[in-house]
Amino acid sequence: MIEFKNVVKQYPNGTIGLNNINLTIGEGEFVVIVGLSGAGKSTLLRSVNRLHDISSGEIVVDGKSITKASGKQLRRIRRDIGMIFQSFNLVKRATVLRNVLSGRVGYHSTFSTMFGYFPKEDHDIALDALSRVNIREKAYSRADQLSGGQQQRVSIARALAQKPKVILADEPVASLDPLTTRQVMDDLQRINRELKITTIVNLHFIDLAREYATRIIGLRAGEVVFDGPVSEATDAKFAEIYGRPINEDELLAAEAAKGGVTV
Amino acid sequence: MNQSVPSSSRLPLIRNWIVGILLIVLFGWSLSAMKFEGIQEYGAQVMASIWEGFTHPDWDYVYLPEGEDLLRGLLETLIISILGTFISAFLCIPFAFWASSNMSRFQAVSGSGKFVLTVIRVFPEIIMAILFIVAVGPGAFAGVLALGVHSIGMLAKLYSETIEAVDNGPREALISSGASKLQVLRFAVLPQVIPQFISYALYRFEINIRSATVLGLVGAGGIGVPLLFALSSRNWSRVGIILLGVVILVTIIDLISGWLRRRII
Amino acid sequence: MTPAPTPETAEVGAPPPPPSKKPAPTIDSKGPQRFKALFTWLAFIVVIVVCGIRVDADFVQLFSKNSMDNVGRIMNDLIRPDWSYTGRILPAMIETVQIAIAGTVIGSVLAVPVALLCAVNVMPKKIVTIPARIVLNLVRTIPDLLFAAVFVAVFGIGAFAGMLALVFFSFGLVAKLTYEAIEAIDPGPLEAMTASGANKIQLIVFGVIPQALPYFFSYVLYTFEVNVRAAAVLGFVGAGGIGLHLDQQLNSLRYDRASTIILLTLVIVLVIDYASTYLRRKLL
Repeated sequence: MIEFKNVVKQYPNGTIGLNNINLTIGEGEFVVIVGLSGAGKSTLLRSVNRLHDISSGEIVVDGKSITKASGKQLRRIRRDIGMIFQSFNLVKRATVLRNVLSGRVGYHSTFSTMFGYFPKEDHDIALDALSRVNIREKAYSRADQLSGGQQQRVSIARALAQKPKVILADEPVASLDPLTTRQVMDDLQRINRELKITTIVNLHFIDLAREYATRIIGLRAGEVVFDGPVSEATDAKFAEIYGRPINEDELLAAEAAKGGVTV
Repeated sequence: MNQSVPSSSRLPLIRNWIVGILLIVLFGWSLSAMKFEGIQEYGAQVMASIWEGFTHPDWDYVYLPEGEDLLRGLLETLIISILGTFISAFLCIPFAFWASSNMSRFQAVSGSGKFVLTVIRVFPEIIMAILFIVAVGPGAFAGVLALGVHSIGMLAKLYSETIEAVDNGPREALISSGASKLQVLRFAVLPQVIPQFISYALYRFEINIRSATVLGLVGAGGIGVPLLFALSSRNWSRVGIILLGVVILVTIIDLISGWLRRRII
Repeated sequence: MTPAPTPETAEVGAPPPPPSKKPAPTIDSKGPQRFKALFTWLAFIVVIVVCGIRVDADFVQLFSKNSMDNVGRIMNDLIRPDWSYTGRILPAMIETVQIAIAGTVIGSVLAVPVALLCAVNVMPKKIVTIPARIVLNLVRTIPDLLFAAVFVAVFGIGAFAGMLALVFFSFGLVAKLTYEAIEAIDPGPLEAMTASGANKIQLIVFGVIPQALPYFFSYVLYTFEVNVRAAAVLGFVGAGGIGLHLDQQLNSLRYDRASTIILLTLVIVLVIDYASTYLRRKLL
């Protein structure tokens, strides 16, 4: 489904972002990537849809090399990959529905979308996507009137509207409180199971990773240092990935407890 | 400690005094060039006739059945500023993207755009009006073109500042969903900037309605034309009613435009 | 069953109504919204077209051979400035700057007391602030060139009329910007002074002015920039400065000389703009 072949990312200043990554992610997997900040999680994720270019190697998505693709071909591959961001990346002044519909533009020619008109099927797809994350009733609200958790669900709906085969989520819960974190993760899990969409998520909460993932990949300094099912990802293994014992702030449960005291 | 305090606090004081004296000298030199002879020549009677004219405006001029009256002049002024603003609000969009530093990879591109806008801005609309009069003949259309081109300078600058302030997140999201460059512009950038664009266009409209009242002084249509006639024939009661009309028109436009701008943002 | 759009819910850009408990009506509200947007666009286009017809907007004529020839001829002269003419217009150029300086300074000084009267945190009595603001807004409705045309008729042709026009214009602009700045100052020091028993004058001198002064100077400089540009065209109505020469040269179709004047004005304006912008940045 997604193959990384000898992927290397070197920044112009010489820093190695990714060092010889070889991975194969199968269809329908729920992969969580863990690691310290700066370990290359985000770079790895963003190289899948080429928001970041890699220096050498190749990434193949669903049999097509995105590394070699360009122009229209590249956009076609990207259309099949939905992405969810830490800061939601919604157009705040636009309505929820407009935001979700914008996920459909890859299906139409540039010219026909310039007037902002979408056919009825697109509206149905968008509303259906909103129903899946339980915020269909907010379809005509402005995005900036929604809470953080609701906005993140809108961005999940936008990704769903693409009818993707893969969903990438870059720290999707880092700006959310513990309660909404669970709702958003539940949504992602349900979508993964019901629609069989391959899902790759960057997380820094270890307990969350164990709870939702089918497979965990540990990164350290741009290299894969762990790759296996949840059952093998013991505390000792995490300590290895992080190069030190686990901190409290890497556990959602601890964050929630902290929140509970202060609130 | 004690020694350093007075010297460091006295220095700016001395500097302020020097700047102040320089300013006064500059002002005195400027004032010396203004000759006050006018007042003595005409004396009190001019003042009196002006006062008479302003306190007894020529109400009959408000509406004349055969045309060339105050209402038609004001309407033409209004139309000139509406069309001038409309033209510039669209013409300035490509300039705005040209001058925005986050829309091009090279500094030289946006830098050159900013320079062009500065040049357009310092080119007075009155001179533009004269040039357009040569092109299309005297009248309101020349005024429209003058405002339309002159306003590009300011509007494109304000627009480009808006574009530079857009949130990059939605662009990233659109790119990752497979959108083309134009689609990214249409669905990630435009929805963020359009309300601000409209607000700035309305603001420029408020400025243009004032400019449109003076375009007539050089023959580019609007209420300025009859005003110039009234002034040169020293018909003070007519000058009075025209100025009154301008004040009312501009005040109404300010109120409407201000209300609209508050609703949009 | 769709509810009719009300002004409260159907305004462009207004926040949508709070979400109702039942999802259905909210979704149905899409119909009127779309109709509303369409109607707004339609009305807008009608206004523009009607306006275009009224001023005989003729873009065919604009781009016709005849007018293009005219523009081409002017451009041909404009790109060949008559540099020998520079020396003869320097005195007028200096006069232009003098008009701008004198007008800006007098207008700004007059603006100070009015700005204080308009600011509600200095003058809490509405009976003072509201009339003061109305007067200010009325003054601001008249453009500088209109003032100039009137003053030329009153005081005769010359720089004095131009200066007076700029006095009024600067007064309106500086007073408005300054009173808004005064209203935005930190109320803390004012409260502290009132608590320690300061009277109104002391409050203004020690509480308001130190805080508002940098803004005031910045606005004066900005107004000066605007005034230099304005002074350059005052001559078109006979109010002195370089505009008089420009008007003459344009009327006698000496576009090469007009070009010299325009370029020289551009240089002066740009130099003053940059110097003033630099000073303003140092001030704030």
